[in-house]
Amino acid sequence: MAKKSVWSDNRFWQRSATWVTGFASILLIWLTFDTSAQIAMGNDQDLKDGVTKRVPGPTVINYKITYEMDAKRGHEVPVIGEKEKFFGRDDYSEEEAGALLHLGKLGSQAKNCMDCHTLLGNGAYYAPDLTKSWLDPAWGPDGAMQALTGKNTKEEAIAEFLQHPDQYPTHARMMPDLGITAEEAKGLVAFLKHMSSIDTNGFPRNFGRMQGAVNGK
Amino acid sequence: MANNYLNSESKQLATWYFTFAAILFGAQLLFGLVAAIQYVMPGFLYGILDFSIARILHINALVVWMVFAMFGAVYWLLPDETGIETIGIKVGKLLFWIFAAAIVVVVLVYLFIQVGPADETTIWFITEGREYIEAPRWADWGIVVVALGFVANLFLTGIKGRQTGIVTVLMADMIAFAGLYLAGMFFTDNISIDQYWWWWVIHLWVEATWEVYVGAIAAYGLITMIGAHRKVVEMWLWIEVAMLFGSGILGLGHHYFWIGTPEYWWEIGALFSALEPLPLVAMFIHVLYDWGKTQGAEEEKGSTVSVVNNKPAFTWFVLNAFGNFLGAGIWGFFHTLPQVNLYTHGTQFTSAHGHLAFFGAYATILIGMMYIAVQGTNGIKIMKHTKASIWGVSMIVSGVVGMTVALTIAGYVQVLVSRAQMGATWAGYFDGQSGLWFTQAMDWRLIMGAVTFIGFIFLAKDLLTTGKNPVHEK
Repeated sequence: MAKKSVWSDNRFWQRSATWVTGFASILLIWLTFDTSAQIAMGNDQDLKDGVTKRVPGPTVINYKITYEMDAKRGHEVPVIGEKEKFFGRDDYSEEEAGALLHLGKLGSQAKNCMDCHTLLGNGAYYAPDLTKSWLDPAWGPDGAMQALTGKNTKEEAIAEFLQHPDQYPTHARMMPDLGITAEEAKGLVAFLKHMSSIDTNGFPRNFGRMQGAVNGK
Repeated sequence: MANNYLNSESKQLATWYFTFAAILFGAQLLFGLVAAIQYVMPGFLYGILDFSIARILHINALVVWMVFAMFGAVYWLLPDETGIETIGIKVGKLLFWIFAAAIVVVVLVYLFIQVGPADETTIWFITEGREYIEAPRWADWGIVVVALGFVANLFLTGIKGRQTGIVTVLMADMIAFAGLYLAGMFFTDNISIDQYWWWWVIHLWVEATWEVYVGAIAAYGLITMIGAHRKVVEMWLWIEVAMLFGSGILGLGHHYFWIGTPEYWWEIGALFSALEPLPLVAMFIHVLYDWGKTQGAEEEKGSTVSVVNNKPAFTWFVLNAFGNFLGAGIWGFFHTLPQVNLYTHGTQFTSAHGHLAFFGAYATILIGMMYIAVQGTNGIKIMKHTKASIWGVSMIVSGVVGMTVALTIAGYVQVLVSRAQMGATWAGYFDGQSGLWFTQAMDWRLIMGAVTFIGFIFLAKDLLTTGKNPVHEK
């Protein structure tokens, strides 16, 4: 008579489950340390020195951001360029920019943005993705939104829209008035501008490349 | 729910949990209908109960009813598995009322206050604004206290009573389940770090700890409903735990493709999440195999009697085995590879997968547990289908599958038009949304949502009345 096989032994499978789970958990924790360091927010000095961070510091709002194809990586990446005025200034200190970003991030949660929009692609699908919305041609000089809101800059147009979305309907589906104040709107725009500078490994693909294309023509 | 058949306080507490869960399930479907109507008629309740609020209630009710039913199911099976009455049942009952009251307050605040100013008080008292776990911080702490009380009861009972494989798995799983919630309880300005930890809660719940929980409940169901052999069932359970945690823990990587995290998550996420369907196949085979094996043994004795002692519950368990594989496995695998996910991430594809997966993997088996509780509460030996149970299960299943197909088609339009063609801009988004295929898909989603809701009414009626129905063998 052959002896009972280990393959039909519950203890063997219990131990296997424990080892597999333990190994996977340790690997995840180790990767979490590495990732946490890589996605920690940069600072003003990084921006001045041209050091690329996956998540730049809040003072990135002092700079022009574009989304360009990187031949080596094979997808688009945010590129931080020269200085650019943001609500008339390009000299926000680390504290000022940090406070704006803090206000904006809090606002994004306090107004439940994520339950209509997607941020970094996560959230609800009832409204456009906001990952690179700062770079959306609709808000640019050739887009409709500056004229619609009667503002001359992207940031002012977005801030005006956020405060009174029901006054600027673009589609039957409209953003509701969420009681966003002028200061909160400024914070939210800073949050959106900062988010567009995050290196999202090329998501979304071809963003803004197809401006002017209508129904595939 | 007073009656003569329940001799266990733990089981009585379980029926409370199931009752509250079923009410929240109804609320989930109602607010889902509101959101579905808004896709078709954007003016519906605009400025009163906007889409964001309807959706918060839809998905929060979903999570909370499932957690309630999960706690209930554990309180139900503990006396059977351990052979003793659950320890700390008085605390358990008190925690139930605290939990239920907290949920009611949170829902009322969602409904009537909705949003707050951009400061910490909103995060603490109105909403945290993070999908699925919007519950304000005070409620987070309440949930932690309630979950710890529940885990303590489970551990004390498990250690003192007979410690079966099922109880051991549940003990390890539930402590991870409760502990992971802590990962979602802090505020940071860095949205990449925010979403990194947010996924620890969402993913490691639904694609790891909840799945293992389902494995344990399925094991319990097979033993109680068809008399499957414990040795076989528990061996399968351990294999499933190894496969589920082995793939699911690092499968977390498939949420880290595009949130600012490094590229290596492409490979890790793709590899491990691609393995995630395998344990679901195993679970599916396991349930059907055990059923066939036990029935076959019965037939060899010359009997033609079904080995199933609870037809409606077993129907839901088999649907779970298949729905888990189809909804979580297949619909998840569709868009889990980064090359595909680059275009499908954040579209209705995710929504299609979410509907079929939450239903197939969790709703089914928890409804099955409710039927087991109805059987036990009424002292029924062999529970049969009724007209209402058949209408309920048929309409709910067709409704959810119909919604899933509709949302998949809608997602397809979004991927082609909004993403591939138009590059994901504001204009691209609305071009996709106004496409004929998209709008028709949303009409069908609403119709199928209504079918699901009618099915739920049949289900609720059946759960409330079937216990007294004379068709069952007492």
